[in-house]
Amino acid sequence: MGYVLTQEGFSDAISQLRKTYRIFAPVRKKGAGRFTDVDAILYDEVNGSEEIELHEKSDYSAKEVLTPLSETLFYFTEGICKEADLDTRPVLLFLRSCDLHAMKRQDQIYLANGMEKDFFYQRRRELVHYVLIGCSHSFENCFCVDMKSNVSEDGYAFSVDEAEGMYRINVLDERLDAVFSTAATSKEEVVPAHVTQNEVHVRIPETIPAEIMKHPLWDEYTTRCIGCGRCNFVCPTCTCFTMQDVYYSDNGRVGERRRVGSSCMVDGYTNVAGGGQYRKTQGERMRFKVLHKILDFRKRFGYDMCVGCGRCDDVCGEYISYSNIINKVADAVDAMEKEGR
Amino acid sequence: MNNPYIPFPSEILEVIRHTQKEYTFRMAYTGEVKPGQFFEVSVPRYGEAPISVSGIGPGFVDLTIRRVGRVTNEVFETYAGQSLLLRGPYGNGFDVELYRDGETVVVAGGTGVSPVRGVISALSEMDNAKDKYAITGFRSPSDMLFRDDLEAWEKRLNLILTVDGAPEGYAGNVGLVTKYIADLPLRDPASAKAIVVGPPPMMKFTIIELKKKGFADENITVSYERKMCCGLGKCGHCRVNDTYICLDGPVFNYVDARTMMD
Ligand SMILES: Cc1cc2nc3c(=O)[nH]c(=O)nc-3n(C[C@H](O)[C@H](O)[C@H](O)COP(=O)(O)OP(=O)(O)OC[C@H]3O[C@@H](n4cnc5c(N)ncnc54)[C@H](O)[C@@H]3O)c2cc1C
Ligand code: SF4
Ligand code: SF4
Ligand code: FES
Repeated sequence: MGYVLTQEGFSDAISQLRKTYRIFAPVRKKGAGRFTDVDAILYDEVNGSEEIELHEKSDYSAKEVLTPLSETLFYFTEGICKEADLDTRPVLLFLRSCDLHAMKRQDQIYLANGMEKDFFYQRRRELVHYVLIGCSHSFENCFCVDMKSNVSEDGYAFSVDEAEGMYRINVLDERLDAVFSTAATSKEEVVPAHVTQNEVHVRIPETIPAEIMKHPLWDEYTTRCIGCGRCNFVCPTCTCFTMQDVYYSDNGRVGERRRVGSSCMVDGYTNVAGGGQYRKTQGERMRFKVLHKILDFRKRFGYDMCVGCGRCDDVCGEYISYSNIINKVADAVDAMEKEGR
Repeated sequence: MNNPYIPFPSEILEVIRHTQKEYTFRMAYTGEVKPGQFFEVSVPRYGEAPISVSGIGPGFVDLTIRRVGRVTNEVFETYAGQSLLLRGPYGNGFDVELYRDGETVVVAGGTGVSPVRGVISALSEMDNAKDKYAITGFRSPSDMLFRDDLEAWEKRLNLILTVDGAPEGYAGNVGLVTKYIADLPLRDPASAKAIVVGPPPMMKFTIIELKKKGFADENITVSYERKMCCGLGKCGHCRVNDTYICLDGPVFNYVDARTMMD
């Protein structure tokens, strides 16, 4: 069902929803950006509709609500493992279409790669309902159209589009109709806005021969990329983590096991005891990351991992463009095919 | 909801000391398990380490651990009279029945002998054990693991025990495992099967020698190690191309393994 609300009506609806749900959304943090005079858009719990940033792309993705950068899994006390408590109130999570598509990739790894489901992911996932933020225009570096993540027809509880002070809502979760019909000024069909054109285009080859792994195109990143890992941390589809044990005091037997976000671009990712390491240069690490996004994940699960949000390009301090790399791969594949390989 | 991250306590039934740095911990365990699978050994406040199953028996599994760092140090420091926390078993492991018919060669180096110890023992008990070969290599005579097993295997199958280097006066074989492959008295290398486990360079050169000898790629099996943080296909560290070593391996047919590129 579709509804049109004034700003006041929307604010009332959010207040009403907060009685049942915790609401997480992109929030503007003053001066927290890459430079001190730049704001950052980060995910946080909100207390009211005015805190929700509906107009800009968030710097970090919505995945942090499901997989926090650092998460305590359990506590150790005298040989017993006690699972960390979790706030069991349901959650409404505001995100854009690309990020909603990205959540399918998170589910794929955490719930459907291997026989075992990830307990800590699943218990959060079951609490989360998505709220789709419509996109009235493309942002810098986005290429969602080419990655087919620009439209979301289902998988959300309701959508929201704001224009000139009016909020247009499409409710898919019928339990929420009551809240919006009370707050609305009118009912009409609402289709969430979506982007149909991006400035950035990528071309992903249908088949990518294995020779691409040895192609010289990766070499320039050995010198250009500094291995900071920011491109992984902002990516809504990256899932890797490292286990980390901590203890509170040397003599106490009390401590905890955490998992923390991990990056395949950062030195140490593959280190094994005795000094062994499997990808030593940044060029090899770039090859590993990029081919996962556009080839290896697809080989395993049947669809591409990357959703084209462009955040990796937004964040890179070395001005490395991942969408450019995809196109370089496509050119290299073309050249290989021409040579008849 | 089942939580696969929570380890279970397992009593240390016995500790067998092979070298100063390598002990076998015999752990109470009754579930299903295969040689070549692994457990995550969990030491609260220190972390976890994937360790191969080096032996299986009624009510126990053996874990042979080399002391190399944070977690493994702590196991050696505090094991006395204790139990360890485990989760697993993980990975596919070896299917011993694949190696029952015909000639089989197992080539293993150092702690690489652990995951195939159960396989070699099974081969040595087969009726056609005279068609089974094991080439086991260690750095030096004092680095040898599983001395009792080596003696028992020697009696039943064709064992070549070698060391990379030895003090003067050492009577046994000296040289890398690769040196012995060319001279194996096999009737039909083209149909013979091989298992190769050890450090990456050793595996690479062993496979080159096996192929020179006439082995077919599809008859070669390898076991891989990678950094692992979960064993469950979630943490990503063990991934190579579209393969998760912890889920799809660590045991691979060489036809699949030869295309993997880290
Ligand atoms: C499938 C598999 C089977 C193994 N079987 C055995 C075995 O039977 N016996 C044995 O002694 N060792 C085995 N290893 C290696 C063993 O896991 C490492 O030596 C151990 O993790 C080192 O941990 P540490 O904390 O003592 O060392 P540190 O060097 O302090 O390790 C720090 C961290 O690095 C990681 N790490 C280091 N080396 C490895 C490694 N090789 N593989 C995965 N993660 C690593 C761990 O996450 C660890 O927390 C196996 C590894 C794998 C992947
Ligand atoms: S790889 Fe880059 S563009 Fe693709 S989903 Fe991740 S951050 Fe977005
Ligand atoms: S590509 Fe850029 S953001 Fe990613 S690790 Fe390299 S320097 Fe950092
Ligand atoms: S060890 Fe974590 S994915 Fe394989």
